[in-house]
Amino acid sequence: MAKFTAKPKDLINIDYTPPKTEWMDTPTEIREHMFCHATKAKDLETVEFPNIHEWRPQDEDWNLPANWEQIVLQGMQDLLKKYRSFQLFMDICVRCGACADKCHFFIGSGDPKNMPVLRAELLRSVYRGNFTLAGKILKKIAGARELTPSVIKEWWYYFYQCTECRRCSVFCPYGIDTAEITMMARELLNLLGLQLGWIGGPVANCYMKGNHLGLEPHTIKSSVEFFLDDIKEITGITIEPTFNRKGAEILFVTPSGDLFANPGTYTAMGYLMLFHELGLDYTWSTYASEGGNFGFFTSNEMAKRLNSKIYAEAKRLGVKWILGGECGHMWRVIHQYMDTWQGPADFLQEPVSPITGTKFENAKATKMVHIAEFTADLIKHNKLKLDKSRNDHLVVTYHDSCNTSRGMGMLEEPRYIINNVCNHFHEMPEDTIKEKTFCCGSGTGLNASENMELRMRGGLPRANAVKYVKEKHGVNMLANVCAIDRATLSASVDYWVPGTAVCGTHELVANALVMKGEKERTLDIRLEPLPGKEASE
Amino acid sequence: MKMLLPFVAVMALAAAALMAVNVANLHFLFGVIIPYIAFAVFVGGFVYRIVKWASSPVPFRIPTTCGQEFSLPWVKQNKIENPSTAAGVIIRMALEIFLFRSLFRNIKAELRDGQKIVYGSDKWLWLAGLAFHWTFLVILVRHLRFFVGDVPMCIAALEHLDGFLQIGVPMLYITDGVILAAIGYLFIRRVLLPQIRYISLPADYFPLFLIAAVVISGILMRYITKVDVVGVKNFTMGLVTFNPVIPATLMQGNGAFFFLHVFLISALFAYFPFSKLMHMGGVFMSPTRNMINNSRMVRHVNPWNYPVHVHTYEEYENDFRAKMKDAGIPVEKE
Amino acid sequence: MKLYEFLSENKTAIVSAWFNEILASYPSDTSNFLKNKKDRFANPVGQTILDGMEGLISQIIAALKNREGLDNGRTDPLLDGIVRIRAIQEFTPSEAVGFILGLKQVVSGHINNSSNGASEFSGNELIEMGSIIDTLSLRAFDIYMSCREKIYELKANEAKKLTFRLLQQANLINESRMSDPCFLNFKNTDKERKEVLK
Repeated sequence: MAKFTAKPKDLINIDYTPPKTEWMDTPTEIREHMFCHATKAKDLETVEFPNIHEWRPQDEDWNLPANWEQIVLQGMQDLLKKYRSFQLFMDICVRCGACADKCHFFIGSGDPKNMPVLRAELLRSVYRGNFTLAGKILKKIAGARELTPSVIKEWWYYFYQCTECRRCSVFCPYGIDTAEITMMARELLNLLGLQLGWIGGPVANCYMKGNHLGLEPHTIKSSVEFFLDDIKEITGITIEPTFNRKGAEILFVTPSGDLFANPGTYTAMGYLMLFHELGLDYTWSTYASEGGNFGFFTSNEMAKRLNSKIYAEAKRLGVKWILGGECGHMWRVIHQYMDTWQGPADFLQEPVSPITGTKFENAKATKMVHIAEFTADLIKHNKLKLDKSRNDHLVVTYHDSCNTSRGMGMLEEPRYIINNVCNHFHEMPEDTIKEKTFCCGSGTGLNASENMELRMRGGLPRANAVKYVKEKHGVNMLANVCAIDRATLSASVDYWVPGTAVCGTHELVANALVMKGEKERTLDIRLEPLPGKEASE
Repeated sequence: MKMLLPFVAVMALAAAALMAVNVANLHFLFGVIIPYIAFAVFVGGFVYRIVKWASSPVPFRIPTTCGQEFSLPWVKQNKIENPSTAAGVIIRMALEIFLFRSLFRNIKAELRDGQKIVYGSDKWLWLAGLAFHWTFLVILVRHLRFFVGDVPMCIAALEHLDGFLQIGVPMLYITDGVILAAIGYLFIRRVLLPQIRYISLPADYFPLFLIAAVVISGILMRYITKVDVVGVKNFTMGLVTFNPVIPATLMQGNGAFFFLHVFLISALFAYFPFSKLMHMGGVFMSPTRNMINNSRMVRHVNPWNYPVHVHTYEEYENDFRAKMKDAGIPVEKE
Repeated sequence: MKLYEFLSENKTAIVSAWFNEILASYPSDTSNFLKNKKDRFANPVGQTILDGMEGLISQIIAALKNREGLDNGRTDPLLDGIVRIRAIQEFTPSEAVGFILGLKQVVSGHINNSSNGASEFSGNELIEMGSIIDTLSLRAFDIYMSCREKIYELKANEAKKLTFRLLQQANLINESRMSDPCFLNFKNTDKERKEVLK
């Protein structure tokens, strides 16, 4: 926040001179509350990242390595050769502007450099200046510019104001995907050692301990045991899940965030209750204890290194197939990357639901099924006894996570589940859901605390749609299938739409799930009294 | 500046052509040599760009999915916006290329304050874009009559259709008006919408001005200066049969406009492969649109996939064996 | 003519002038977007501000007409919509709420341009309107502060959640520390919280 500087007369005539200059000539100011802190050297050493050095975003000098220019240009050259998407997206944009007002950060901040087209131009201008003939000769006339340290700062500032949500790509006539461009830019920044603490830390944790939070094996087990106590209190049922068990039929992998903080923990309780009720032969793993992949926000190689644990563990434990929990970017990685990196997964079998016998055709190569697909199938086959009225105190809307909608297309399964476990469900406006869903505003490792203002701006378009259904239908619960959503939308709606809570879809399932031998429920999964049921206590 | 420079450049090109023909008598250079070079540059450059793009692999299958995926048998898939088959992709691409599907998404009727319907202004971009590209294509096809001996039925039919208003002699083509209007809209939009003006580069104005100049010179020639059409046909047939001749009727008087037209087109052709106009080829190759969303069904192979350094289970267990045993978690080595 | 009648007649023009005034506090590229995109989902910032301003002027008119002072129950949500947005944008506190005082200038501009000028309205009316606007700006400041406090609360909560887990892992939180009230808000489960409270 800016300091008190206004003189009394300024109160009315605000003295703010808008930048009249072209964007290339408008220097980027690194503003407090809009960026994340730099990472610790120790974390980067753990994963052997290049050019680790001390620096702070707010400093004038970022201590770039001596040959930084060469590193960036060589890096760009490599990426252009490796990715057709990058090469193509550098060349074919016509700047029609269809994407300009589709970005949640632009809508929430109005900063022109948050228009996807301009975000990409930050990189394109350097590409033109160094890799195209016209740019080398005509320089600025051809839209080219010099690579300078302030360009690096500008990249860093704005490519960490993009959550790779791909909404712009839906509207682009050539499918130009800013997520791809941001991924490339972040690879380049990572080559210079300019990593965020909020990304570098989880990456190091995940590499050494198997999950972003750095939960050690015994802590994972004790975290789950906390949940078991709560489940027992709610249902009277004792559940005994297994960890690292060889010979289980299914390996279950979910984002570690669900083991860590509310409201994700309630979703984890939902998984435990559902699997117990089904008598599923499954195991948790403490080694592959992370579904998410913050490596994906640093470099393709790091993402692959972290992701390797899932198949490795499935192979070691000898399971038949893998079931994955509710997460967003985890599913982008599993759906579009995992098999290509680590496959073929010929040590696994094509997934078949042991309860319904359904073959999951769409997962027959990767052999990993999304839990929403799994549960929707159970409900369709009437395998679950559900008491919808236990969710009657909730008026629910559903937020599509960017990655499951635009990088996979899982739209109907979660809605089917919610409609079968809740009586009150209302969609948000059409332009803000499904493939046009708005990001939570804090994805791709931007869910730190120090950049809260950035998060609130980016979260405004989503929250605004929630506010609309709250006013219209009295919505008080925002369901989703993403661990980052659960963590960050909680803050966003707390600011923009107070009185609305956030939950995972399987928390709603757990509320409604009538379990064999359960006592009469008086509490919901949050251990709050169930309205209408407390009287019988 | 961003606008002025491209404008001056196009004017300079036009002036150069007129001067060369009227003053310096460089008819052969501007009528034959430059068009040949320009065409060669266009073909060579186009192929070079496509080959360059194609030489970068597509390491991952990354379609942007815009509808329900193929999943459980009872879940209705959106087979076009989220294709799981090649046929679906072909339809998706066809919609994108022929109808600008993605730009069409911008159209939206909104209820404001619960009563008033407000239409998103962006439908104009879709409409103008579509009008511009289609009329450009029709005009291009119409011009084929100059490059083939006997005019095929289809071209004649197209001309007839294009001139169905039956106004004027020679007959007024609707496309001539439409393309000018579309170019005008695209230009005005770029200038008037502050966001678009902000992101625009000289490279965005130059092709607009150049194409406008090509169209205007063509219209002048056809409707006002009345070029000798038979002479033009002789000339173009000479070009395509590699036996170039410049008919005398084009060497005198208003014939200069013909050379202006030809030179501007040459400039456009030569410029094409080095500019954003290559989106014409690029749109076919965009991995977010032209890929099948079947990543979990069919393994996609990355040609440069390489082994990476990982933290193995063994290393992990070595770090935590005691804690795991204490917690009753099974271990490989006791 | 009474002042409130004048405001009613000129409401559209005043709202528009006032809206333009607030837009001037944004960079030009931003303000054009906020102004031109009329869709509450595609442009929540611009629409919220515009709707808020319309509502506030109606409330001022009502207050002048009924001579009952402002109905805070109605004005607070309108102010909240605008101020909540400005509280997380790059404004100083005075800039964030100063737009309300700007209404005085906007209205006096309209009065001076009208046929009779200020002489038409009684001094009392003008003073009353002035104090209504002053009140609004003070309420706006309250809202601004609550928004900023919320931001810091969100930050603190997230930091605490993280620290709590780390301390717990390192076994630095023993049972007695568990009952420390400063940890109550971020205990792992609500049950623990309840148990501690017992």
